[in-house]
Amino acid sequence: MVEILLDATVRAGTPILFATLGAILNERAGIINLGIEGLMLIGALAGFAGTFYSGSPLIGILAAFAVTFVAGSIHALITVQLRGNQIVSGLAMTMFGIGVTALFGRGMVGQTIGGLERLPIPGLSQLPIIGRPFFQQDLLIYTSFVLVFVLWFFLYRTRTGLALRTVGENPAAADTCGISVSLYRFFAVTTGAGLVGIGGAYLSLAMTPMWIENMSAGRGWIAVALVIFSGWSSGKAMFGAYLFGGITAMQLRFQAIGTDISTHILQMLPYVFTILVLVVSTIRLQKGSSQQPQGLGLPYDREDRK
Amino acid sequence: MKLVIERRDTSSALLHFSAPMVSIVVALLFAGGLILAAGINPLDAYREILYEAVGSTYGLSETLVKATPLIFAGLGVSLAFRMQIWNIGAEGQIYMGAMGATWVALFSGLENHWLLMITMFCAAFICGGLWAGVAGVLRARWRVNEVIVTLMMNYIAILFVNYLIYGPWRDPQGFNFPLTAQFSEAARFANFFDTRLHSGFFLALFCALLLYLLMERTVWGYQIKVIGSNPQAARYAGMRTGVAIFAVLFLSGAIAGVAGLSEVAGLQYRLQHGISSGYGYTAIIIAWLARRSALGVIIVSLLMGILLVGGDSLQMLWQLPIAFVYAFQGLILFFLLGSDFFIQYRVKLIKGAQGG
Repeated sequence: MVEILLDATVRAGTPILFATLGAILNERAGIINLGIEGLMLIGALAGFAGTFYSGSPLIGILAAFAVTFVAGSIHALITVQLRGNQIVSGLAMTMFGIGVTALFGRGMVGQTIGGLERLPIPGLSQLPIIGRPFFQQDLLIYTSFVLVFVLWFFLYRTRTGLALRTVGENPAAADTCGISVSLYRFFAVTTGAGLVGIGGAYLSLAMTPMWIENMSAGRGWIAVALVIFSGWSSGKAMFGAYLFGGITAMQLRFQAIGTDISTHILQMLPYVFTILVLVVSTIRLQKGSSQQPQGLGLPYDREDRK
Repeated sequence: MKLVIERRDTSSALLHFSAPMVSIVVALLFAGGLILAAGINPLDAYREILYEAVGSTYGLSETLVKATPLIFAGLGVSLAFRMQIWNIGAEGQIYMGAMGATWVALFSGLENHWLLMITMFCAAFICGGLWAGVAGVLRARWRVNEVIVTLMMNYIAILFVNYLIYGPWRDPQGFNFPLTAQFSEAARFANFFDTRLHSGFFLALFCALLLYLLMERTVWGYQIKVIGSNPQAARYAGMRTGVAIFAVLFLSGAIAGVAGLSEVAGLQYRLQHGISSGYGYTAIIIAWLARRSALGVIIVSLLMGILLVGGDSLQMLWQLPIAFVYAFQGLILFFLLGSDFFIQYRVKLIKGAQGG
């Protein structure tokens, strides 16, 4: 019972985890991305279509990363090179993603694909309780475990990561040190978008192996809130994503066993919870236990340097 | 040869107001490419949109009908934009406004037309306002990001209305369809010219006028602008920014809530699924394109009305999903943001220049 719930938790949390990690990479470089929801949809459709036409989920995942990388470059171009409003550009990306996937997804509705298979890790998968949820999963879930560590290592243990954080904290200082602010920001946004796309692909390849219009259902926005909850760190993002996975798993469980509570009320849970989590983490932020990148949301123009 | 980007000393008002129109045209071209890629001739599609939306008296009236909720919601969102507050939750506020109005129409026991109208208006106004007010309190008290809160409240509002129409408010005579009973005649807006055009449209225009006067002719409107453009200066001048944030979000949501009233009392005569088909999201782009001006909101809402009426017929003719309209709106915003750069900066080609 616990195993099944935990398993459902990890599976439901994974798309949100990828999206949150991508968003963290964006914001660490100082760029807010409110287009996560749209990028997830683009990734979901690209991943599904790639798998459908090639027959290989691996190609699908690569397609999801590549297509959202390109889509993310629109946001990067507008916010970094053209110094446009980051909030509006992100909202535009969300709208664009919803619309474009509805248009090009028409032919994919009702199609079926193999989907991602579970690859049990010998030995570990037989462990009680944690065996099934953590070591009998599919390729993308294992990738997400590694990615949490890789993102932390990149940001805190490499020169490039340090440069990237400097660009997000104090672009003028980074510029003075000879770090190209626009280059770092551009690739942080596009690579982050690619990760968000993989999160989207997880929806259409593993969670429900099919394409449904608007299938992200607000998960992208939950990821945006989780970035603040995580204090821009990948480890806490993992915890947050599984928290939401757990709520989704419980909600599905309640619906399955049948309760007196209306399904509509049960479906509100993740959204209500997002607001609660956001309020708590914002208050914590003000108390100074975590800090947002100082240059977040501000376009950088060398002429403004003081 | 060298490409130099330099900041313009003054930005021209002509550029400022013509950029949205240019963006719409360029977005039309790009959207045409997308439509072509989806296997439909874009020229046919655009001809169809224009023909359906402005080619007949009926088409025109439908355009005004679609523009009505957009004007309300656009005004609401643009009011919050004035203060750099992002109300992304107009969609949910429309639903809650519709819910409030429906409650009065079905369960208050009132029978007098004007009494009903006034009470329904107040209910929609307060419900929409309080729904946005939640984000207002959180933002004013703890600086909680209002973008995420207002957006999450959309999902919650739609689910709550679903709960009502599938559960306690479902019409017992409705053959189990998820909808409420119909409003009585006394709880409906008047129609005009034998079309679906209803009083809501004129109420929306009146609302725009009131909001214009409030913003441009009152001290409060001036304060909102100061707080928006320079919160520090506003605090030094003794303005109470916290109260203003709540008030602006409340009013913003309340106006969007009236859009919900206008939809149930003017068009649907009951609460049901899809009371708003994304009007609240379209309102965001309307507010941004309109450059926060009330008159601009009306003009852009009419343009979007054309697009929605045309989009409906494209859906029927070629099964083009209506959500495609969002792709087009996203494109408009991308191009508008891009063009803003060229309003602020000048790109020059200098011959033979060395270095920077």
